[in-house]
Amino acid sequence: MNIAVRQATAAQRLKVVDCDIHPVFRTPAELHPFMSARWREHMATFGTHFRHGLAGQLPYPRMMAAGMRVDSFPEDGPPGSDLDLMRRQHLDPNGVEVGMLIALSRGGMEERNLDFGAALSSAINDWQLECWVKKEPRLRAAIVVPQENAEFAVAEIERRAGDPAFAQVMISPRSSDPLGHRRYWPIYAAAERCGKPVALHVSGYSGGHPSTGSGWPTYYMQEHYAMSTGMQNTLASLVFEGVLERFPKIKFVMIEGGFAWAPALTWRMDKHWARMRAETPHLRRPPSEYVREHFWFTTQPIEEPEQPEHLLDIIEWIGWDRLMFSTDYPHWDFDDPKQAIKARLTEAQKAKIFRDNAKAVYGLQ
Amino acid sequence: MKLPLEGAIDCDVHPAMPGVPALLPYLDDYWRDQFANRHIDRLPFTLSSYLPSSPLTVRPDWRPASGSPAGDLDTIRRHVLDPFAVRYAICNPLHGAVALFNDDMAAALCGAVNDWTARELLDREPRLRASILVPAQSPELAVREIERKAPDRRFVQVLLLAMGEAPLGRRTNWPIYAAAEKHELAIGIHAGSTYRVAPTYAGWTSYRVEDYVAQSAAFETQLLSLVAEGVFQKFPRLRVVLIESGFTWLPTWLWRTAKTWRGVRAEVPWIDRSPAEIVREHVRFTLQPIDAPPADPHALARTLEHVGSDRLLLFSTDYPHWQFDGDDVLPAGLPGDTMRQLLIDNALETYPRLRDAPTAAGRKRKKSKEAP
Repeated sequence: MNIAVRQATAAQRLKVVDCDIHPVFRTPAELHPFMSARWREHMATFGTHFRHGLAGQLPYPRMMAAGMRVDSFPEDGPPGSDLDLMRRQHLDPNGVEVGMLIALSRGGMEERNLDFGAALSSAINDWQLECWVKKEPRLRAAIVVPQENAEFAVAEIERRAGDPAFAQVMISPRSSDPLGHRRYWPIYAAAERCGKPVALHVSGYSGGHPSTGSGWPTYYMQEHYAMSTGMQNTLASLVFEGVLERFPKIKFVMIEGGFAWAPALTWRMDKHWARMRAETPHLRRPPSEYVREHFWFTTQPIEEPEQPEHLLDIIEWIGWDRLMFSTDYPHWDFDDPKQAIKARLTEAQKAKIFRDNAKAVYGLQ
Repeated sequence: MKLPLEGAIDCDVHPAMPGVPALLPYLDDYWRDQFANRHIDRLPFTLSSYLPSSPLTVRPDWRPASGSPAGDLDTIRRHVLDPFAVRYAICNPLHGAVALFNDDMAAALCGAVNDWTARELLDREPRLRASILVPAQSPELAVREIERKAPDRRFVQVLLLAMGEAPLGRRTNWPIYAAAEKHELAIGIHAGSTYRVAPTYAGWTSYRVEDYVAQSAAFETQLLSLVAEGVFQKFPRLRVVLIESGFTWLPTWLWRTAKTWRGVRAEVPWIDRSPAEIVREHVRFTLQPIDAPPADPHALARTLEHVGSDRLLLFSTDYPHWQFDGDDVLPAGLPGDTMRQLLIDNALETYPRLRDAPTAAGRKRKKSKEAP
């Protein structure tokens, strides 16, 4: 057998932890069993109430098939709503050993009515458990909580803390205030207590602030990019506010925000922190050291250098133990595990990125 | 001699801005009365982004015991023009006029700052060139100011801030780009915010250092705005210079944007080639700050290889902002064999007005072969 064939076979055998899979309900009625009559009626009458101008749709319409892979639509219902199709199309052929569910829709993270948001979070967490994880042992849920309601968030985290079906705590990085602010600290305290990482997946319009420091962009192409700059802002806030000093065991997983920006950002943070450090005396070390210890990054949508090997420099600077593979199934910009990374990796490097780093951060067996 | 070549072009220096009393001679009767009657003639009109007492704003050994940093020509000569043996230094006026809500007051102050710059800086020091400060709040008034100052070819650029009310690529701003292109003026986008909106997508930061760090993200989104809206298709001769933007973020921008564009290009059908190509042709970046680890020159060298062009960087000191210590404006990791491009040629290519034949007021060029 020649080397190329042997490598291809090894790649096919490689088991994957996919850190970003999006489950969706077929209809909102799927949540009804997990909500009280009061909130079912509220949802039917008043709907979700977000901080943007269009009800029930995205203000930046996606470019194809509502932002979904065109081959991911089941017989009925939206992509991501059919477990059998997910198994057939993704989990089985792509060798997914463990898949992290990132339930974006109706999780309460964007809801302005805090009580309704809490009801939605509880419902979405029960729904992940009953409709997904109990049926498919490869999947893990995230404890979805609305970051703007820390009191409820802490109670919900504590209620789910002992359940291994929940691998992490999820809040929106697109918050009302930057996530380093103290109003969010009780959530970090609860996450640290139960030893679960905090997942920060890019998301819509939770806090209502424009997606750039210079206002609202025009095109989806720009809004898509603003997820990357937004994640940079979020990371900087968590560092400069001293969250990592206050919670020395906390772990943050940055999902779908890209990662190639991380080295340049930490270099910039270090440089200007050194000149301005009297302003943030609560930081005892250069920002890059906190980032190296407390942050993990998922790969999709992976940046694609013109020279594929340039990506290896980036991974070297971030740390080979800090990058975790993700597909974003069933969204349009899905990364295929067999094609996503075009640079040549060693088998050991592949094992870390596609599987072992995630197993370590999530404590998977 | 602190640079490997004589005659470098420093594309970002910041002489102290005059107070309102020094601007009164350049204001009309109405505005002179207004400033006096409203008791705003002693107010500083300083941008929040560049608080004078902040360490970032003035390097410690460039901070005078009294008076304004970079507050007189002799100081600027002593700190920058002479030791770095520069042929030209481009003054970028950072003035609070651009953050005012009253468009007319902003326009009056911008005009006064530009006239003061011509009289007090350019007339008295032939090595200086300048950017035109414009009231970008009102593209109409901004264009009027560009037209007014354009005949003075010592103004080589139009200055905008990185964070304003709306992304710079929006069509409402296009008259500014049309005027700049017509007059062979570059568009310079400088770090700083008018704070019309929160500096991050998750709202208001707590610390100044965070705001400064966030500038690079703002530049990323502004660059994409200009590209996505088709500014460079509409104005094919336009040059944009990102000033004090940092540039080590650029490879990620090029990679990500080129990839996303392949997926969503139907949304922006006027973009007929990779955004990376458009940027390499139309956009330049000033050298300072160099956001790379000083202890690891390899990281800077690798990043410049990722950037993939020697034509994009324009030498700058960012004087008197604190970006480097001592004479270390060119750290290890910069490519030694393309210094002439970095120090001189890239700027001459970017700013057509710097290629003008020397005037009676200008210093004679030492060697004619320095012209491109």
